Amino acid sequence: MTKKISLVLAALLGFGAISACSDKLAEPTVNVSDKAYYEKFKEDGLSINVYNWGEYIADGSEDEMMNVNAEFEALTGIEVNYTTYATNEELYAKMKGGGADYDIIIPSDYMISRMIKEDMLKPLDYTKIPNAQYIMDSFKNATYDEGDKYSVPYTWGTVGIIYDKEAVTETDIDWDILWNEKYSGQILMFDNPRDAFAIAELILGYSLNTENPDELKKAADKLTQQKPLVQAYVMDEIFDKMGAQEAALAPYYAGDGVTLMKDYEHLGFVVPKSGTNRFVDAICIPKTSGKEDLAHMYINFLCEPEVALANAEYIGYSTPNSVAFENISDEIKNDGISYPDDEYLNNKTTVYKNLSDDANKLMQDLWTAMKSES
Amino acid sequence: MNENTHTHRSLLQKLIAAPYIVWMIVFIIVPLAMVAYFAMTTADGVFTLENIKDVWQYANIFVRSIWLAAIATVICLVIAYPAAYILSRTSASAQSTLLMLVMLPMWMNFLLRTYAWMTILGNNGLINSFLGLFGIDSIKMLNTQGAVVLGMVYNYLPYMILPLYTVMMKIDKSVLEAAHDLGCNGAKTLFKVVMPLSIPGITSGITMVFVPAISTFIISRMLGGGSQLLIGDLIEMQFLGNSYNPNLGSAISLVLMVIVLIIMTVMNQFDAGDDKVLM
Repeated sequence: MTKKISLVLAALLGFGAISACSDKLAEPTVNVSDKAYYEKFKEDGLSINVYNWGEYIADGSEDEMMNVNAEFEALTGIEVNYTTYATNEELYAKMKGGGADYDIIIPSDYMISRMIKEDMLKPLDYTKIPNAQYIMDSFKNATYDEGDKYSVPYTWGTVGIIYDKEAVTETDIDWDILWNEKYSGQILMFDNPRDAFAIAELILGYSLNTENPDELKKAADKLTQQKPLVQAYVMDEIFDKMGAQEAALAPYYAGDGVTLMKDYEHLGFVVPKSGTNRFVDAICIPKTSGKEDLAHMYINFLCEPEVALANAEYIGYSTPNSVAFENISDEIKNDGISYPDDEYLNNKTTVYKNLSDDANKLMQDLWTAMKSES
Repeated sequence: MNENTHTHRSLLQKLIAAPYIVWMIVFIIVPLAMVAYFAMTTADGVFTLENIKDVWQYANIFVRSIWLAAIATVICLVIAYPAAYILSRTSASAQSTLLMLVMLPMWMNFLLRTYAWMTILGNNGLINSFLGLFGIDSIKMLNTQGAVVLGMVYNYLPYMILPLYTVMMKIDKSVLEAAHDLGCNGAKTLFKVVMPLSIPGITSGITMVFVPAISTFIISRMLGGGSQLLIGDLIEMQFLGNSYNPNLGSAISLVLMVIVLIIMTVMNQFDAGDDKVLM
């Protein structure tokens, strides 16, 4: 059953999500620090299974863009079987359901701590990931994986509000605008409880990691109150709906906000002053992987500054790689969206932690009740 | 001798049936047993009825799903019945063309077809843009229950037309002629002759529309805006939601199956009853 649903979802959120890299490169073009390291298994005809978010790696689909997987294949001779998922929960369900055989996964912070707790990840051997030295200090020793034993940060970002410049007149946009009756029927909302609750919690002044049943209930009440104003609960449909001006306001991830602003002139993006969630997606090796050496090599490759830069530019999310960051254009560095200043990041943003089973269950129940109320 | 051929044939029959029986065991019986197992155990594999009990808190979602699926089924029947009748009475060449038109949408991916409705029904969608030309304010169509029902009707209509058409095709023309000869007008022929003879088509059409409609989850998400939660969505949430709970998900699936089974049994009673009247 799980599989079937995932399949349908995968089909929904990206037809042909399973895309084997067909464009083979004769010679790698990327500059790497230690070529010999990558060529260890060149003649062995090996392969590696990578499971990543949709649209989350530079794929060479535009001119001048690097095709990261093809480069890796050309450099190492290791074939990359690349598949994608749409949500952390889908990834989790796939791994729990058994039968999954992945060597690389890239879950988000809270999911990483859940997987660590449930002993689903392999400890990393940093002698095989020399490029981890490029990861910025502020991303080391994160709360979701203390000591960085299981994960290497891949991208990060914040949650903000995408708005239609023609419809939204306010200049000072903060979370409470999503409760403003003026925009009734024009508001889109996250279709996942964790992100939706976080917004309510921000307004109510609770911690984004609260497990207090009363606070969770009050946050649910806040969301119930918002429901009549909400046009639809959606995730990636936001791209189409905001693009076609079906709606005026939608909370979403900064990286996607940047992409949307590039594609549509009428859209703006703001990271609310009052604070927000900061997320980190990090690379891990599942416990079930039998190809540790190859997996470490792949992680090291993703940390190559040139590769990290190509990925950051394509995905639009922020990079934790210090050298890649230096090479990002000033325009993006200073737009206040992708790289908010340190003061804001340190004082106003919170990274999710994994909630206790009870809190997760309560949140899910409250969410279901809120959504099924008519 | 006679008996010998008989056993021989049944052995052959068994052999021919074997692939399907294996298929059924591996892909229907075993998964069903697993659903039942998960539904009645905790995460640690201990027997419990707690999950089944928990399902009842979602009674309102069940009621809504059954209600919407029932509306969609009735609309499908009302649209499909005359369509199938006309289809079965046209010339053979026209029939094959019309039949192809009925099936044509099914060649396209289900999700694409539903996705297309989003752009048709949206506030700035095709219909509202067209109305806008005449200065009519845009009507909210997307993200309503009506849109969900429309999505169900649109996607499952062929499954109603086809069985009806198949049954009506088999009605001998001479039966209709006899009815006319004996003084029945068109309407009376339809209600007294065609209708009773097409009951098997009606019941299988209703089954083929109602069952997938009640368990759909993509239609309600895409066209209902995610605020018209149906059972399908609820089941999906147990597997891909915040709290991974395949046991509750299985319990909901099991209860849904039982409900569908009951409804279908009741339906078949009507079917059998009508048959007897006909006899």
